[in-house]
Amino acid sequence: MSAEGHDHGQDHEHEHHHKETFITKYIFSIDHKMIAKQYLLTGIIMGVIGIAMSLLFRMQLAWPEESFKIFNILLGDKFAPNGVMANDVYLALVTIHGTIMVFFVLTAGLSGTFSNLLIPLQIGARDMASGFMNMISYWLFFLSAVVMLSSLFVEAGPASAGWTIYPPLSALPQAIPGSGTGMTLWLVSMAIFIASSLMGSLNYIVTVINLRTKGMSMTRLPLTIWTFFVTAVIGVISFPVLLSAALLLIFDRSFGTSFFLSDIYIAGEVLHYQGGSPVLFEHLFWFLGHPEVYIVILPAMGLVSEIMATNSRKPIFGYRAMIMSVLAIAFLSTIVWGHHMFISGMNPFLGSVFTFTTLLIAIPSAVKAFNWITTLWKGNLQFNPAMLFSIGMVSTFITGGLTGIILGDSTLDINVHDTYFVIAHFHLVMGISALYGMFAGIYHWFPKMYGRMLNKNLGYIHFWVTAVCAYGVFFPMHFIGLAGLPRRYYTNTNFPLFDDLQNVNVLITTFALVGGAFQLVFLYNFFSSIFYGKKAVQNPWKSTTLEWTTPVEHIHGNWPGEIPHVYRWPYDYSNPNYDVDFVPQNVPMKEGEEVLHH
Amino acid sequence: MTSLLVIIVLVLLAVALWQLTKIFDLTQVGANSDDSQVASDNDNNVQGYLMFGFLAFIYIFTIYGLIKWGPLALHTPASEHGGLVDSLMNITWVLIFVVQAITQGLLYWFSFKYKGDKDKKALYFADNNKLEALWSVIPAVVLAGLILYGLYAWNNIMFVDKDEDTIVIELYAQQFKWTARYAGPDNVLGKANVRLIEGINTLGVDMSDPYSQDDIVVSELHIPKGKKVHFKMRSQDVLHSAYMPHFRAQMNCVPGMVTEFAFTPIYTTAEYRDLPYMVEKVAHINSIRSKKSVELVAKGETALDPYTFDYLLLCNKICGASHYNMQMKIVVDTPEEYKKWLSDKKTLAQDIKAAVAPAPVEGAAGSTDTTKVDTTAKVEAPKVAMK
Repeated sequence: MSAEGHDHGQDHEHEHHHKETFITKYIFSIDHKMIAKQYLLTGIIMGVIGIAMSLLFRMQLAWPEESFKIFNILLGDKFAPNGVMANDVYLALVTIHGTIMVFFVLTAGLSGTFSNLLIPLQIGARDMASGFMNMISYWLFFLSAVVMLSSLFVEAGPASAGWTIYPPLSALPQAIPGSGTGMTLWLVSMAIFIASSLMGSLNYIVTVINLRTKGMSMTRLPLTIWTFFVTAVIGVISFPVLLSAALLLIFDRSFGTSFFLSDIYIAGEVLHYQGGSPVLFEHLFWFLGHPEVYIVILPAMGLVSEIMATNSRKPIFGYRAMIMSVLAIAFLSTIVWGHHMFISGMNPFLGSVFTFTTLLIAIPSAVKAFNWITTLWKGNLQFNPAMLFSIGMVSTFITGGLTGIILGDSTLDINVHDTYFVIAHFHLVMGISALYGMFAGIYHWFPKMYGRMLNKNLGYIHFWVTAVCAYGVFFPMHFIGLAGLPRRYYTNTNFPLFDDLQNVNVLITTFALVGGAFQLVFLYNFFSSIFYGKKAVQNPWKSTTLEWTTPVEHIHGNWPGEIPHVYRWPYDYSNPNYDVDFVPQNVPMKEGEEVLHH
Repeated sequence: MTSLLVIIVLVLLAVALWQLTKIFDLTQVGANSDDSQVASDNDNNVQGYLMFGFLAFIYIFTIYGLIKWGPLALHTPASEHGGLVDSLMNITWVLIFVVQAITQGLLYWFSFKYKGDKDKKALYFADNNKLEALWSVIPAVVLAGLILYGLYAWNNIMFVDKDEDTIVIELYAQQFKWTARYAGPDNVLGKANVRLIEGINTLGVDMSDPYSQDDIVVSELHIPKGKKVHFKMRSQDVLHSAYMPHFRAQMNCVPGMVTEFAFTPIYTTAEYRDLPYMVEKVAHINSIRSKKSVELVAKGETALDPYTFDYLLLCNKICGASHYNMQMKIVVDTPEEYKKWLSDKKTLAQDIKAAVAPAPVEGAAGSTDTTKVDTTAKVEAPKVAMK
């Protein structure tokens, strides 16, 4: 029926005469709203696992090689004998934490949830272009999550070569135990994940291009849709390259090819590999890896733009500039990957080129930040929890983004590369920022998803504790990075030089534990509100976009009658021509009303 | 028992939260229950002040951090190019702090100042090309400056002039240790390949190469002050990274290829130890260590040794379970000390001869041709046979 969705002439009194069983409604659903909820739930579960892992290894860093009962309970006798975390298990936790958070939470959990929920609702479509493919996409994602989690239970442990899985470490079980079955499962999981992601992305692209309702021109799309659309395009361009890297690595590991390996002597013998280069893998990996951070952050930016405009009761400042900057970021994101490789051994001339392109990306990013700040100026700010998280996102994006000027500059990168400075930088700019974007999205669209409201006071508690803890964790981390402390060290007790950093590590871990614990407030709020939250009204935030014109109760096909037509841009907040402070997109222009924006 | 306690605490916490929400809900009875979870003017007011408070938190935390943790950062570079790196770093930091202070200030100040009010209407301010141009052009200009400076420094550091008089040293990485090979009087490293690893020739140096004859293999790195050292890095197994933080130097070691980095040390180890900042840092570290020693001794364990500063070469690319303990001491000598230290060392050729002498093995090394392309021939050896 989605194919007919574009045809507005027909009457769409919905033809779901077919009976929906529990299975077709809740499990193998082809309804985008249900699929969005499935993505969200899976993302939240993966998020809990990923964050819990980070707390475990943070404890090891603060109190190195001390015995904790909780390690023994969670990791077992083999990985934490006597409650002391083993050194290769530390690396496994770091690896899986990174993988889960980047791909399963912030890519699929964030983008999957909100692209699915909002694209049809905000562009005025009955469903995705292909509901069936959408369903397959989710279930492949689910399968990849299961495979990834199952790798935690194989004998030698999960992949432990870092989330970047650079060969030869990731290729040779002789080098680290996790590179055996654990790594195989990692690669299989990622291959499935990429298939899922590509299906999702193609669906988003096709839907946005083809299924917009009458009047919904590209320049009337909410910024959310623009960012989802561009994100999908970046994903389609870059994910296949990671897939090829994963496949070639599988060949090297299992079939004896030498794409990435050469001249290796390990465990007392020379291996047969010859002529490959790990640097090639780095290129392939980061050709996805860098756009990936924009795949993560762009949807968050879109959500935040939308929420900020709604809650400021003001148009987003510089709508077209925002679109242009998203496009510029998307373009530049595909030609900056080498800044992860300044000291990889590639020709230093390439380093110069990548420094240039990398620092350019600061310009559209600055435009976005200033536009958000200007959106607040002379607004009438409604501090709903979603708004708090949006402001928080702009804040951490700026703080984290600014240190990118250091890391993107090859000269400065020499000495901070792979130190905790990098950890602090990217956790703020894409980790915390995207997470805030996701939280903001959940608080804002929860009524749309579940027909009930989240408790705002719990939301306030959640935000403020999280905000303080996020800075408490990552701000001091810059300093231990500037002191030269390398990342991915099980402990730094072998370096008396770093002894003076230990109390900073304790402080960071304390903030992390408190911040982590307070996510339970969110979990409680989320799950209890699904069942016991206050009933939502149709348009609780007095928003202009189309999703709030659908009934609270979900129906297949979204609108009971005809799909609304669109007559104006999505940011008519506090339009001086009207008494009310918001004019929905489906309200026709008054006679003689002028368009007040570019 | 502890876990039971933890579970009880968690349950109680959950109950408390549930009660808390109930109380919040009760306070809102009477209000339009549909809107009860949407921010009221009271909420806007409270949250607005919290926004202002958070701005204060960020500023104070930043200043506190700079004072308290700033001294932890690496100080005085020990290499010639380090000054260039650090001055670019300092310029960048000034810029970052200015932009950070202004943007965060505006963000949270606006949040506070324009907190919502039922009776107010927001300003309809959709776009302004002049403003947009302003904040595109200013970052562009500033970044252009940074890029130019950065590229100038980068090209200075990374490209070693062929004619330059340098000391060539190989850094050889393997799980989980570093080895150094000095090129000897001819200042050219002999060819090497891991396929030639045999006995005490652990670096796989091709002993048939005339340039190999004077190569010296050592496990401690000594370099002379004031002379450019040209490092050539190799790895035997996985990626490693040779990180020498005090020299602002880092380069990955990649199996199958040779990478390089060159710098000139400007402080001997002794001189660097005497820098006031280092004296203070070491004293601080030692006070921490002696405090910890007291605890350890109380537990019946051995006390920690007092710390004296040494330059270090650390591995900074995840390379396996013991990655966190892959290090080598670097000693910067005066040129005289360096000469003396090196003259005491035996060449690899001599070591091999000594090892071979007692029980001569026919055609140990040097029987193959000088080319190392034919090495594949020797690789029939067992394939990936894992235990």
